[in-house]
Amino acid sequence: MNKELHAHMIKFLERGSRYDGRKPLEYRDILVEYGIVKNAEGSARVKIGETEVITGVKLVVDKPYPDTPEQGSLMVGAEFLPIANPDFEVGPPGIAAVELARVVDRGIRESKAIDVKKLCITAQEKVWTVIVDICTVNDAGNLFDVSALSAIAALQSTKFPEYADGKIQYGKLTDTPLPLADVPIEVTVFKIGKSYIVDPTPDEEKVYDARLTVAISRDGRLCALQKGGDVALSEDDIFAMIDIAAEKQHELREKLEG
Amino acid sequence: MGTLLVSEKTVVVPGQELATGMDYLPGFGAYRDGEHIVASQLGLLSVEGRAIKIIPLSGKYIPKNDDTVIAQVVDITLHGWRLEINSAYSAMLTLKDATSDFIARDADLTAYFNFGDWIVAGVANVTTQKLIDLTMKGPGLRKLGEGMIVRVGPSKIPRIIGKGGSMVSMIKEYTGCRIIVGQNGVLWIQGSPEGEMLAAKTIKEIEQHAHRSGLTERIKEFLGQFPKPEAVPLPPEEERPHRERRPFDPNRRPMRRSGGFR
Repeated sequence: MNKELHAHMIKFLERGSRYDGRKPLEYRDILVEYGIVKNAEGSARVKIGETEVITGVKLVVDKPYPDTPEQGSLMVGAEFLPIANPDFEVGPPGIAAVELARVVDRGIRESKAIDVKKLCITAQEKVWTVIVDICTVNDAGNLFDVSALSAIAALQSTKFPEYADGKIQYGKLTDTPLPLADVPIEVTVFKIGKSYIVDPTPDEEKVYDARLTVAISRDGRLCALQKGGDVALSEDDIFAMIDIAAEKQHELREKLEG
Repeated sequence: MGTLLVSEKTVVVPGQELATGMDYLPGFGAYRDGEHIVASQLGLLSVEGRAIKIIPLSGKYIPKNDDTVIAQVVDITLHGWRLEINSAYSAMLTLKDATSDFIARDADLTAYFNFGDWIVAGVANVTTQKLIDLTMKGPGLRKLGEGMIVRVGPSKIPRIIGKGGSMVSMIKEYTGCRIIVGQNGVLWIQGSPEGEMLAAKTIKEIEQHAHRSGLTERIKEFLGQFPKPEAVPLPPEEERPHRERRPFDPNRRPMRRSGGFR
C-alpha cells in the first residue's frame, strides 16, 4: 500500500523538494493565539499551515499521590475529533491519540516545566492538579508539534482561579500565573528514504519510514524522545535528527510570548 | 416564442426565473415551473441551443455516464473494488468491468488493484439512487503508476482542459509531464519533480482564475515566468497486468466434461 507514493516522494526529496514546494526542513506558517477558551484557566490555539489544535488547561484541587505528598500533578489528554480528519472516529481515544497525549505529557513533565512543588496547598491533603486537554480541530499533518506547542502555550497563559475556604471560584481568575520553570519545545523529525523532513503533510505522514519526536528545554537540554514508524534508526540517524530538532526548535520558540 | 430573462454567464440564484416559454428546455440545475424555467442551484447561466443549464460555482463531483474519473481503491469486496471518486457517493468496479482475464474463485484481487491504488476509469452507469458503476473497458483506462495527485473543484475542470484540450496540452508541452484529467476534479501528473511541481502550480493558478476571460493567455504568461523543466523519459504507459491469451491448439487435451464415464 502506498508503495508508489513512497517511491515518488523519495524522488522529490532526492532533489531537495517536496510536493507543496517547501524545502525538506521548512515549516509552514506558524500562528499562536492565547486565551481562546473562556471557561478554561488557560488556553491557546496553534496553527501550522492548515493544521489547527486548541488546548485548554483546567486547574482543580485534589488529593496528592501518596508517594509525592507535597507535589501537584499533571494530566494530559488528547482527543482526535472527527471534525479534524475523516479517518478519526468518535469514541474513546485510540492508540494514536494516547501516544500523542503521552508524548506531549512527557515533554512537559521531563523538562520540569511545571514547578509541581509550588502547586502544594496543604501537604498530603490538597494540591493543584493541572489538566491539559488537547482538541484537534484540523489535521493537515504534524499533529505532534502543533499539539505540543499549543499545550505549552496554554500553560503559559494559565492563571489560578480564586480559591478560598477549600472552594474554587471558577470564572474568577487571579493574577497569579501557573509557575513555569521551563518552556519545552517538541520537534518531530521524519525520515523518508534517506532524507529528513520536518512538518509533514498528510501524504508524507502516510509514507514515512521513521519519526523521532525530540523535546528540548529553553537552555537547549534534551528532555524526551519518542521514536515511531516501522523502520529502525541508526545511531547516526538519531544524532542527525536531534541536531535538526535542536536547530528547528528556535523557529517554534520565537512564536511564543515570553 | 420564449424569451431569456437573464443574460448568459451571469450568476443566478435558486428560485430565480431564467426564461419563459416552451421553446427553452431545463438542463442541469434548472427545472420547469409552468411557463417558466427556474434555477435550482447557485451558478453561472449557460445556454446551449434550447437547453438552459447552470454551471455550479463549487461543489462535489456529481457523476454522469461516460465521464472519465480518477479514483482511489478504498475497499475490496468479494466481487470487485469500491472506489472513492471525490463525490458524495463511492463507486463500484465489478470484476466483469475490471478485466477480461479469467479470475479464479479464490484469486487475490489485490494483484489487479490494491488498497490505495489510483486508477483512471469510466463511469458506466449511475442509477437514480446514485449507485455508481465504473468500468475499465475503454481506451486509456488503466491503473496509474507513480505520480502526483492534484485535486481541484470539479466545476473548474472544463477550464483546465480548455477548448479542445488546448490548455492541458499547453501545460503538458511546457512541463514535459503526462497529465490525466478526471471529470471528478482529480488530476494525475507524471514527470520530473520540477515539471510536476510546475504543472500542479499552474493547475492551481487556473482554478483560482477560472472565471476570468483570456485565461489561456494569462496561463501562457504564468508558465513563461518559470524556466522550462528538463524533459525526462517517462515510464511506459500500459501498466495493467495483462495475461497473454493462449493461442488455439487443436491437439489440446479436451476439458473434462461433467457426467458420463470414461
